[in-house]
Order: sequence, then structure tokens, then C-alpha cells
Amino acid sequence: MARSDLLIRGGRIADPAGDVLLPGDVLIRDGAIVEVASSIDADVPVLDATGLVVAPGFIDLHAHFREPGQEWKEDIASGSRAAVAGGFTTVCLMPNTVPALHDQERVRFVMARGREVGLADLRVVGAATIDIAGSKMAPLGEMAQAGCVAFSDDGHPILDSGLMRRILEYAGQFELPVVQHAEDTGLTRGGAMNEGVIATRLGLGAMPRCAEDIIVHRDIALLEITGGHLHIAHASSAVTMDLVREARERGLQVTCEVTPHHLFFDENWVASCHYDANYKMNPPLRASSDRDALIEACIDGTVDAIATDHAPHLPDEKEMGFGAAPFGVIGLETAFAAAVTVLLPHLSLPRLLRLFTTGPARVFGFDDRGRLEPGLRGDVVLLDPEAEFIYDVASSASRSRNSPFHGQRLRGRVVATVSAGRLVHGGGNRLH
Amino acid sequence: MTTLQRKARIMDAHRMRRAITRIAYEIVERNKGTDALAVIGIRTRGVPLGQRLVEQIAAHEGEAPPFGYLDITLYRDDLQTIAYHPVVGPTSIPFNINDRHIILVDDVLFTGRTARAAISVLIDFGRPRSIHLAALIDRGHRELPICPDYVGRVVPTARTEAIQVNLSETDGEDVVYVCDLPPLTEPQS
Amino acid sequence: MIAESTGLARKDLLGLEELTAEEIRLILRTAREFREVLDRPIKKVPALRGLTVANLFFENSTRTKMSFELAQKRLSTDSIGFAVSTSSVKKGESLRDTAQNIEAMRVDMIVMRHSESGAPRRLAEMVDAHVVNAGDGCHEHPTQGLLDLYTMQERFDDLRDRRVVIIGDIAHSRVARSNIHGLLKLGAKVGVCGPPTLLPMGLPELGVDVYPHVEDALAEADIINVLRIQLERMGVPLFPSTREYASLFGITPERLENAGHEILVLHPGPINRNVELDSRVADAPGSVILSQVTNGVAVRMAVTYLLAKTRLEAGHGAL
Repeated sequence: MARSDLLIRGGRIADPAGDVLLPGDVLIRDGAIVEVASSIDADVPVLDATGLVVAPGFIDLHAHFREPGQEWKEDIASGSRAAVAGGFTTVCLMPNTVPALHDQERVRFVMARGREVGLADLRVVGAATIDIAGSKMAPLGEMAQAGCVAFSDDGHPILDSGLMRRILEYAGQFELPVVQHAEDTGLTRGGAMNEGVIATRLGLGAMPRCAEDIIVHRDIALLEITGGHLHIAHASSAVTMDLVREARERGLQVTCEVTPHHLFFDENWVASCHYDANYKMNPPLRASSDRDALIEACIDGTVDAIATDHAPHLPDEKEMGFGAAPFGVIGLETAFAAAVTVLLPHLSLPRLLRLFTTGPARVFGFDDRGRLEPGLRGDVVLLDPEAEFIYDVASSASRSRNSPFHGQRLRGRVVATVSAGRLVHGGGNRLH
Repeated sequence: MTTLQRKARIMDAHRMRRAITRIAYEIVERNKGTDALAVIGIRTRGVPLGQRLVEQIAAHEGEAPPFGYLDITLYRDDLQTIAYHPVVGPTSIPFNINDRHIILVDDVLFTGRTARAAISVLIDFGRPRSIHLAALIDRGHRELPICPDYVGRVVPTARTEAIQVNLSETDGEDVVYVCDLPPLTEPQS
Repeated sequence: MIAESTGLARKDLLGLEELTAEEIRLILRTAREFREVLDRPIKKVPALRGLTVANLFFENSTRTKMSFELAQKRLSTDSIGFAVSTSSVKKGESLRDTAQNIEAMRVDMIVMRHSESGAPRRLAEMVDAHVVNAGDGCHEHPTQGLLDLYTMQERFDDLRDRRVVIIGDIAHSRVARSNIHGLLKLGAKVGVCGPPTLLPMGLPELGVDVYPHVEDALAEADIINVLRIQLERMGVPLFPSTREYASLFGITPERLENAGHEILVLHPGPINRNVELDSRVADAPGSVILSQVTNGVAVRMAVTYLLAKTRLEAGHGAL
């Protein structure tokens, strides 16, 4: 059944390691890349990439597929379909399912469901604490043995400084990063959007930016004594960018990701959206100066990865009133277009693609993907970076519809996705 | 704003004064004086007309009956259908109307719906002994069983015509015209 | 006979921020005529016969609900109330479900009180019926704002350049927001005063002055609007005690005396007596706090009438 041999021919290859697009073909056998050259002939099915850019499959460090426990919002099958529709061939799932992914059994369950579905390679970020309750360390070692790629209580911060210290220390022995959802919740309780005059006008609970800054600051201070690898999830603050730069200069292993929505939108969208909770996420959309700082940090390399924080919720759950609605938006299918629309004026396409490929691969230590080189996984996307379209969330493969990009004019389309040599999205008319 | 095409002047200041004086006499005559009498003008042009009646009555009888005015907007029976937005005007009836003989005053009596609304307003203010209706012009085309008790002048009109009453208090001069309504360009209700 | 055409050119009343000064003046002018109706022997006019109004109070509020119901009855509407606070709707019916049910019942107007800021706005975009915001979360309470403006105008005909200070929990007060927007539009100078923990960010950007000390506020104020104070929000105390609040910010006859000039005192009720407002002030002979209640009915009649008229006009156009 698995058609894992494929020749991708006639496109322009974007090698994230370089800075140019070169015409060339990619040959995949048994799911792995065997040759990348200017012209290849082989007796295998051919995917015609004429007029398109050929790039490594995308890696998402941060998504929520809600299985087990909340399959009405999303499940591993629908989430996988949304992933490959957005060009993602690797997705790292956060552990805040119901129940939480805090032991090797549950980690294995999710990875196995991902293999059954067989679209994208699903990896698991194991819970840092039991039930992501922030009090008792989860069995990090056993989860590492089961194949998890990082540890996090995402959705919640690890607030207790002593506990965070021990988790950083303990995770270090497995050389796996600790992913922090940086939010001092004492400052954000009851909050729904960024603090400032807009929140005041709208009468919405305020979440000050310093709630993120404080935790990032503290975690970097902890890292000084623990060593190990700290990864800041969905960074939204200009201060976070400065703190990450400065910590790296001191030799600390700190990485960070930003979401497409924090790059694309700022808090002014909340002012004009008429309380549409599809603009409610945590961290909230920040000031335009923060957004500018995130864009700048993508350009200067401070940001390692664009991660979607794909967080599905059903329309009825979002339509409870802005304050009561759950945080989060879907984003797998719009991530590339959002990034192209915002960043392409400032970054070459190969450099932009680093944020989806080599960047996230380095953060979670994937050495078998993220580039187009012989011996690596046959994960490839065909892109049309020029294509303009108005996004219609009704077209989404997700079970949910909570996208702030609905109705937005975007540029950059994922035309086809190849996962381990198999065409898993689009491109049917180009397959010969 | 609709522009009316004036085609005939049917009452000048002199004849208007005579008509009001005559009505004032009739009111006093029929009510045998001013005892328990009160005058209430229907906004807007019934108000100055009512005041003139009160002045005339006072001039002859030495005593002015109490005067008030009312706005019928909230009692209209066409609020559900009219296309414009009627502004709610003030109502002031600074005396008890119970057991009084009320003279309602309006400038033009047409379908009778304004008078009907005015009667409803009055009845919500109390229980007058009687309500009588005075109008400067009766132009016919009644749609309700309403009949004026005091009329300045009866003017037969077509439905395509309008009566324009100008009063010195509101319009700078005392004069009444018959006008043509502009033809409707498209059917409207 | 040609009538002036000066309606509210909008379907809903969601807040004073979105109204023009002209619209606010129209509502206040119309309210004056309705205020007279309330003094008649029969305090009811047939103006809105046949109009069906649903009062949806997703949050308890005896006074505002009564005031709206009274205003509606005075205009001869058919009104129904959903006892939301006692039904299962209270917890977790989505606004879309609410909207669909209301539409199915062919209701012409919805008066909505909701604990969520923006809930009436969301509802208004989902239904054809008029929506009147009867208070949403910490956002706005436009009819309260209007009745406050009305009451202030009864004393000061023109509010231009009058100094109005709102005292209390500004951060969580929808009354404060509606007052701020309405007063600024009518040209008043607006200040706020309260503990720093109860003042939200961005007030200067809204054009509002902040008075840290109540004595300074009173020294400059022509009018004060004293808000009801709550010690806790969601279990978190926002100042040490109500006694301390009273001693720092409570409005007493002595403080008013020290200001050295007449100050009009408003309070949206219900009063925490001797906390934010001394009983001797609340019950003083010239107090307008009960006039506010009466004026509230007139203002709500005006809003109901003016909005309903826009519906009737639209309906007429479709015939």
C-alpha cells in the first residue's frame, strides 16, 4: 500500500541551509531521500513540481490534537489531515489532553495512533508534572524512553520555582528541552486580552505582558544554575526576545518559538473584532510594538521556530462570551501563508523556511529531517509562495473552525505534501 | 421635505380672525359661559389657535378658561406604518380635566384620526364631562365617525390636495392655502 | 404636514462609546417627554402596541430589570422575561443557541444583561431583533449612563466644561465606562478617583483625569458619581477593607462641606450605606438619587421607543 518511492521533478529547491532557490529534483526511495540533483531519472512515480518551490516538510513544535479526551474538538486523524494540508510532516503534540500525557503508556498511545493514521509523524511532548497540575514531577525518564521529545505543562506554566529547577535539572540528563508556557498566573487571573487601553475600553480582563517576562526572566536565572535546555513556548513579548538574545550571549541553551497569529495580529484586532473569541488566545495578542519585535527576532535569528499552537475549540465553546470562551486558535493550515505574508518582505524564502524546518529540528533534536539531503526522511512540501487567496475556514480539515485568519487575504500556498515518500496532501493532478 | 404647490388662498388674516371670534362666541353660547370650560390645543398649530380662542373668550367673558396642549405622537394609530420618524413633543395639561367641558382645538380636520388620538390622550388624563372639537378648516374625507362641533370654514377638497394653515405665531402670517400634493413618482403607502 | 426625521439610525443600543453626541441628545430630549408621561394619572401610552420584547437577564439585577419592564409596560409592549438565573441556561448556553431560540420566538427586541463583556454585541450580530444592552460585564451599561446624564442635565442644563468625577471601582465598572463616553461626548470634563488597584490602564488615553485623593476630586467637581464598591472580585480582595475604603474615599457631609461649593451627588444604586456613601448624603433633602431611578424609566422608554421606530421604518420599507 505504501507508495514510498517518489521522484519530485522540475521544481526549484529551497535548501534552508542556503539562501537561494536552485532548479533540481529529489528522489525518495523507501521513504527516505536518496538523491538531490539538478536532474534525476528513475523508474518511480513522478510528482511534477514545475513552477513550484520544493522544500523540506514542515515541523511544528507545538499543537493540540485533543485526543484522548476531547475528540469533539479534534482528534489525531483530523489533526493529522490539517497538519499535512498546512505542509507539516512532523507535529509535536502537547500533553494537556484528558487525561494528560504524563506516562509512557499515554505517550506510546498517541504516537501509535499517529502511525495508524499515517499522514504526519506525530511526536509527543510529555507532561512535566503529574496531570500537568504543577506539583509533582512526572516520570520524565520513562517518557523519554517511550520517545517523547520534550517536557512541558503547556496550557499551564510550571510556577513553583523549586519544581521548575528540579525539572530543568532532571530533564537535562536526557538532553531534552523543557518547554515553558511563560505566564505568571497571579497577574493574569480572569484575564482575556493584553492589558492596556483597549482592554479597558472593552471591559475585558487584562493580562499584562510582564506576566510572560517575569517567568522567562526567572527561568533563565534558573538555567544559570541548572544547565540544560529551556524552550520558551509561544513567545509574545518584546522583552522575551531581549532576554533570549542576552541569555544566549552568555552561552545558555535557550530557544524560543513564536506563533503565526502573534506575528500577524496585534491587540488592535481585538478592538475591531466585535468580541469575536477567535481572537482570544494565551498569550493574548500583544501591542503592535511587541509584534514588531517578534518580526525583528524572526529576521535576526532570535526566533528558532514558528510553531502553530494549533488549539481547536468548537464554535459553541467559543461563543460563550469573550471572557468565558476558552483560549486558543487553530493554525496548522494558515501558518505558512501567515509567515509568508508577514515575513517574506523581510526574509528570503529559504531563510523563512528555516523557521519551519531546520530551526524546529534543532530545538527538539531531530537530526533525520528538516533538510533535503540523502539519508533524511522523505518529507517534502511543494509550495507556491506567490499564490494569493482569501482564507475560508470552512475549507479546514480540522474539526474546529476557530481561526482568526478567516476572511484574511494571505499569500503563499502549500500545494502538495509528501510524508516519508507518500503523497499525503494535494498534488494529485501532478502525479504521473 | 415635500414641497406643496399653492393653488388658492382660501382664508386671509381678517377672515381668520372673524372665524376664531365666531367660534369663541359659539363656545360661550353653547356652554352658557366659561364655567367648567377648558381649552386644549393639539400640537402643533392647534396650540396657537387654542390660545387665541382663550383670549377671545376672556375678552368677552372677563375670565380665561384654563388652557393646555397635548401631543398625540404616542397615540397615533399609524406608528406601525408611517415611514418617517415622528418626534415626540411635549404635552402640558396643568389642570384637572375631570368634570370639565373640554374644547379640543386643531387647525385642520381631515380623516379624524388625529382627533381620535387626542381624545384617547385626554381620557388617559381623566374623565371630562364632555369633549368638543373645534377646527379652523374642515376639509372632509373622514375615516372615523368624528364630527366637529365648531368649524371656521368647510372646504371641499380632493385627496390629492392639501390644506396649508399658516399662523403668525408659527409661520409669520395668518393665511390658509389649498395646495396640490406633488405627484408620487413611485407607489408608496 | 411633514415630520422631522431624526431617528436613531441604528438597530441596537450597545454602548455610549458608539453613539454620536447628537444621538445622545435625541435620546435625552425624548426622555424628557416620557418623563412627563410618568406624572400622568394613567402612566401608559399605546405607542408600541404589538412590539414584543424579551428581557434576558443572565445576571441578577432586580432594579434594572424592573426599570426596563416598567418602561416597556408604559409603552404598551408585550414583554416576556426569561428567569435565566434560575434555569439551566445560566451555565453554559452559547450565545448562538440563545440567539436562535429568540429568533424562533419572533421577538422584536431583546434587552440583555450578561456577565460577559461584549455578549450583547455578539447577540446583536446574530439576530434581526433590536438588542439593548442592560449591562455587559465590565464593558458598558448605556441606559444607566444615559439616566445619569439626564439627571445631571436636570441640574446643569449644559454639561459642557462641567467637571464630573466618578469615584470608586473604575476597573470593573460598566457604569463608569458608559459615563466616561457619554460625558466626554457632551463636552464635560471627566475625572476618576479611587484606590490605584481599582483604576484600569489607559485612562489618560481615554481623555480622563485621575485624582488620587478624593479631597482633590471634590475640590474641582461640579458633579460626582459614586459607584457601588465591592471588596472582592473573583475571590481576590482589591483593597484591605471596606472600613479603610470608607475612610479614604467615602463621601461624607464633612468632605462635601470642605469642598467649599455645591456638588451634585449621583449613585447608581444599590448603595452600600456608609461605605462609599454616607447615609446623611444619600438621604439629604436635595439628593437626586431617587430621581435617578425615576429618570431611568423615562430614559429606557425613550431608548425603547426610538429603537423600535427604526424597526418599524425598516419593516415599512420592505412592504
